Amino acid sequence: MNSTLAQMLTGSIVNDAIAFAPELVVCGTIVLMLVIRLIPRYDDVHLGWIALVITGYVCYLSCDQWMQETPRSGQVAKTSGKDVSPIVVTAAEPHGLRDDQLVQVTEVEGNTTANGAFRIKVLDALSFQLREDANNPVKGDIRKGNDDYTAGGNWKVIGGTHNLFGGMLIYDSFGIFIKIFLYGFTALVVLLTLLTGIPDKEDSADFYCLLLGATVGMSIMATANHLLMVFIGIEMASLPSYALAGFLKGRRQSSEAALKYVVYGGGASGVMLYGISLLAGRFDSGFLPTVVRGISTDGNLADPVVIMGLAFILLGIGFKLASVPFHFWCPDVFEGAAAEVGAFLSVASKGAALALLARITLGIGGLNGQLELVDGRALFAAWSKATDYLVPVIAVFAVVTTTFGNLAAYGQTNLKRLLAYSTIAHAGFMMMGLATLTREGAGAVLFYLIAYLFMNLGAFAIVAFIRNLTGHEDVTYLRGFVYRSPLLVIMLGVCLLSLLGIPPLVGFAAKFQIFTVLYEGAQDYFALNKPHLGWTLLAVLLAGGLNTVISLFYYVRVLKVMVLEKTLEEVEDREIEQKPAPLFPSIYATALAVIIVVAGVLWNPLAERTSGQGVDTFRETPIVRAAPLPETGGPVGPPKGPPPKAPKKGAKK
Amino acid sequence: MFFEYDLLLMTLCIFIPSVFALALLFFPSGSEEYMRWFSLTGTVVTFVISSFVFIDYLRMLDNNNDPALMGAGIKRADKKTTLMERASAAAKAEAENKPFANDDLHARFPWISRFNIEYYIGVDGISMAMILLTTVLFVLSMIASWGIEKYVKGYCMLFLILETGVLGTFFSLDFFLFYIFWEVMLLPMYFLIGVWGGKNREYAAIKFFLYTLFGSIFILIALLGFYFTDVQDFANKETLNAKAAEVIARNPALKKAQDAAKNDAAAKARVMAAALTKVEIHSFDLIVLARTGAAAMEWMHLTDTKARDKFLQKIVDQRARDGNPTTKEAVEKRMSQTFFTPTFQYVMFLFLFVGFAIKVPIFPFHTWLPDAHVEAPTPISMILAGILLKLGGYGILRIAYPICPWAAHALAWYLCILAMINIIYGAFAAMAQADFKKLVAYSSISHMGYVLLGIAVWPQTGEQYWAWGMNGAMYQMIAHGISSAGMFFCVGVIYDRAHHRNLDNFRGLYEPMPLYGGISALIFFAALGLPGLCGFVGEFMVVLSAWNFSTPEYPNAGKIFAVLSALTVVITAAYILWTLQRVYFGTNDAYKDYPDITVRELLCVIPLAILAIVLGILPALVLQWMEPHVTFFVDSLMQIRT
Repeated sequence: MNSTLAQMLTGSIVNDAIAFAPELVVCGTIVLMLVIRLIPRYDDVHLGWIALVITGYVCYLSCDQWMQETPRSGQVAKTSGKDVSPIVVTAAEPHGLRDDQLVQVTEVEGNTTANGAFRIKVLDALSFQLREDANNPVKGDIRKGNDDYTAGGNWKVIGGTHNLFGGMLIYDSFGIFIKIFLYGFTALVVLLTLLTGIPDKEDSADFYCLLLGATVGMSIMATANHLLMVFIGIEMASLPSYALAGFLKGRRQSSEAALKYVVYGGGASGVMLYGISLLAGRFDSGFLPTVVRGISTDGNLADPVVIMGLAFILLGIGFKLASVPFHFWCPDVFEGAAAEVGAFLSVASKGAALALLARITLGIGGLNGQLELVDGRALFAAWSKATDYLVPVIAVFAVVTTTFGNLAAYGQTNLKRLLAYSTIAHAGFMMMGLATLTREGAGAVLFYLIAYLFMNLGAFAIVAFIRNLTGHEDVTYLRGFVYRSPLLVIMLGVCLLSLLGIPPLVGFAAKFQIFTVLYEGAQDYFALNKPHLGWTLLAVLLAGGLNTVISLFYYVRVLKVMVLEKTLEEVEDREIEQKPAPLFPSIYATALAVIIVVAGVLWNPLAERTSGQGVDTFRETPIVRAAPLPETGGPVGPPKGPPPKAPKKGAKK
Repeated sequence: MFFEYDLLLMTLCIFIPSVFALALLFFPSGSEEYMRWFSLTGTVVTFVISSFVFIDYLRMLDNNNDPALMGAGIKRADKKTTLMERASAAAKAEAENKPFANDDLHARFPWISRFNIEYYIGVDGISMAMILLTTVLFVLSMIASWGIEKYVKGYCMLFLILETGVLGTFFSLDFFLFYIFWEVMLLPMYFLIGVWGGKNREYAAIKFFLYTLFGSIFILIALLGFYFTDVQDFANKETLNAKAAEVIARNPALKKAQDAAKNDAAAKARVMAAALTKVEIHSFDLIVLARTGAAAMEWMHLTDTKARDKFLQKIVDQRARDGNPTTKEAVEKRMSQTFFTPTFQYVMFLFLFVGFAIKVPIFPFHTWLPDAHVEAPTPISMILAGILLKLGGYGILRIAYPICPWAAHALAWYLCILAMINIIYGAFAAMAQADFKKLVAYSSISHMGYVLLGIAVWPQTGEQYWAWGMNGAMYQMIAHGISSAGMFFCVGVIYDRAHHRNLDNFRGLYEPMPLYGGISALIFFAALGLPGLCGFVGEFMVVLSAWNFSTPEYPNAGKIFAVLSALTVVITAAYILWTLQRVYFGTNDAYKDYPDITVRELLCVIPLAILAIVLGILPALVLQWMEPHVTFFVDSLMQIRT
């Protein structure tokens, strides 16, 4: 181990570990639960409560991290004078920045070299040093003051990625946002499993270990910064999912589902690994920024090796997303697995896969917002060339996925299978947002994910409650169910109509934002003189609108059967047998429905946060130029170059 | 802002029904009778509040009366009372930190600032008429709902939520808000038809849902298209100034320059101009969009560079006077946005038109209507024919025409033809029906054709007759709201007794039910357009204005339209008289024991009969407060070209 690497590791590992704390806590819990399982005395302890507390806690931890990463801005009080290098900026109020964040300084008068985008080093609560110029990260390019400060000046954080563990993982507000989403969602799923009684006490240790393990894998997917970590994340998320899918041990269908899932998943992993090795070999590195930059460099896109590598990696992600044509596992698995597992797989693994897809595609696409930071048009041209192909490719996949999902859902009578096709359609809708390759698009997708969390979880949860009440998951057995259990059906109605996108429910707000970014993206591409991309996005918009109409059929059909059709009792002229849901499931379902309605009316706060996410995180993510890049040679692994500066303070105070 | 009186009043009017619907949740099962009374109270309270709005509205007109325009007993309100002027006044008051005007029936409240969406409501003559019609008809159809025995709680809740949706749509002045309320109406209607409807109700309900949702997707796309246009040249100057001030506050250099330029107006203007280069305004505000649409029409009519230059200069001058200067190049750049191109205007107009035409319904989008009407329970048919169809006409008037006037003008000829098809086809189709409700449904299609014809006859060659047509269309909407609701009720009354609607199997109903027979004859004559009853006024005005319509290619087109639409009245008379004959006249032993109309049924139908007579004799009762705003609306569209 050479000295640089050693220094790097000892210098930053503690801080990195603190930033990685949520995952470590979850891993610790898994170990704890396995240990408990070994002790016969605790056999009849239901471990769900531990899982609930821990996921709640790590969600809180992630929120805390996120608060520190939210974009800040402020005014400059003064800067250092002439010929001081590096320039020291003193903020008017405590800035709350941390080392290595990218800060854009504007409008400083006098000492005008202070204007620009810089990676900073914090000196104290009020002042920070301007280190490398983000636009021109040649080593040692640290600007000198050219004059004394006279007046003015604003600073604004424009990004704050920071590499963990030598660049294996990335730490930015986008990733943290996804983690909050994942942990919060897992907490809700754990709560659901506690309410429905799957798993029982005996199996609880296994079940929650698998659940939490998959969650850790997904959070690694969302923060991966290296192809190897991408693969490890996907595998860590997949392997427990296979076992979860087969968790209903006595049921043949469940085992069949698990087997199908394993076979498809194994195949997808293999192909993806092949793609990873192609790209890593081609660019001499698996470091994601390097690879992404390599792909987007002009000329490389014509290289079949690059195309194949990229296609194979996207295939792996498409498998996790259940995007057509890699969706075959999805309906079978959801039908076979318990509804609780279906809820988990449909939301969490899609969220993580979308985050990963966003990171890779937006990185390659180069983002039009990026241009402010780029000097010279050459780079722009190179990047937009990749955009030329990526936008139509993602758009086609998105439209095909949505349309297929909606059409296939039409004939389903099993509620879980129907919802499985609905999740495929929704994955397509979210991919439509990413097809724009804009930061706003990513922001809209984040909003959609949050909305989707509540409505999809609600739908699956109610299916699970209905299963517990009646033993049926098939819609044909649920004729006139509203007269037997009105509350559950009404809440299911809210969730399904939100999935359909009827205002004033949150699903409409989400769909509206996807449509908005599509229209806006189309306008942007027309303005950039790329009419074919503009027309593509407009076509996607129209397809999205028509798909909403198509999806009306099957969502409303469920309600039709449950509300409009006569119950069996009524047909036979018997007294209708009431089957009201128990108290806590009712509260759970009502709470989700209320969230769906309230967030559908007052979605401004969430929309502002998520759109801010899209804007301020992605601005930097693809700027790999700010990070040191190996030009040639070197093993797959952390790049050469100056070691990342160890942050003074950890991310968590 | 919370305590603005008119904001509260209008908000109450929209949401009181929903509040009652929520309260219904707490009624125990078994108290169906109380639920009905409670819901009736809800609709009556809403009606009372809407009449408060109406009183305020009349007072506003009185306070702004232009004596020079008074004449022939018709009140001519001042231009100050148009929504556009009130919006400007309110923006000005807000910028000057004056207290909000409590009596201008125009109120806004920020809602989703990320997309500049506001809770923006207001009333003018056009919407006021529709609102009153809505609240009256909801009270009456609640009375008609007494016969609903199945799941009364659910019925009443959905019924009241539907009222919120309808009222919200009529009150909205923000396109997004309009769209939300528009969609809110869908679901209650779906369940009201689907659960409480006739034999084939599920099919009818899903057909209704599907058609309307399909249309609203197009409206949604149009809505996005408008939003992504930078409309700063047509926004309220105060909004623009506030945006510029925001930019200056964020930008220290500009701030310093502004501070330095304390008393120097020229320097201040320079700072402002610099700030304004960074401002873009995107809006769902229907009034701002209407201004933009008008400008688009004017811009596209100017072909030579000199005239265009003059137009740009006009905007630049205006903005300089408003204190938010811009340059001619910047304006020109903004005028080259897609919004200001013919293709965009055509496409968006067609999207909006399809969306609203489905609701009207206009041929060939009408096929859902007979099904929905036949299957819907009587009170829901009353609402559907009386109000929901009007929403389509209202949408065309309030949204499609002002925002895309260029396309509306260019396509006037085709719209007229569609209207003619509606009128004639609807009448003939009605004649062929054997089902009583279907007959009334097709007659609705025919009568709504007059509404479209009145709206569509935009003068192509310069004469000023369009205001008649527009007023006639509005009047026809009100009259049809009354007569069609009454007709459906009359059908419902015999359906309750005979349990079928087959016209050929009725006979001699007049004998056992003389009172009922008399009232239904009155209502049917009102629908027919007999002079002295409400249906006549609207149709007459529409036919008059159609007579004057001409296009350069077909100078006599309007005359043909007028003659044909007048002749259709004969067909209407034919099928209505034939129906009366088949149903009421003669003797029939089978129906001899039918009881005459009950008190509850009378309570429901008598107000409609009275309205049909009063509005037929005294059209001024409505026209005097509705006509000024309709005419101003027409004038504002007509002025664009001159």
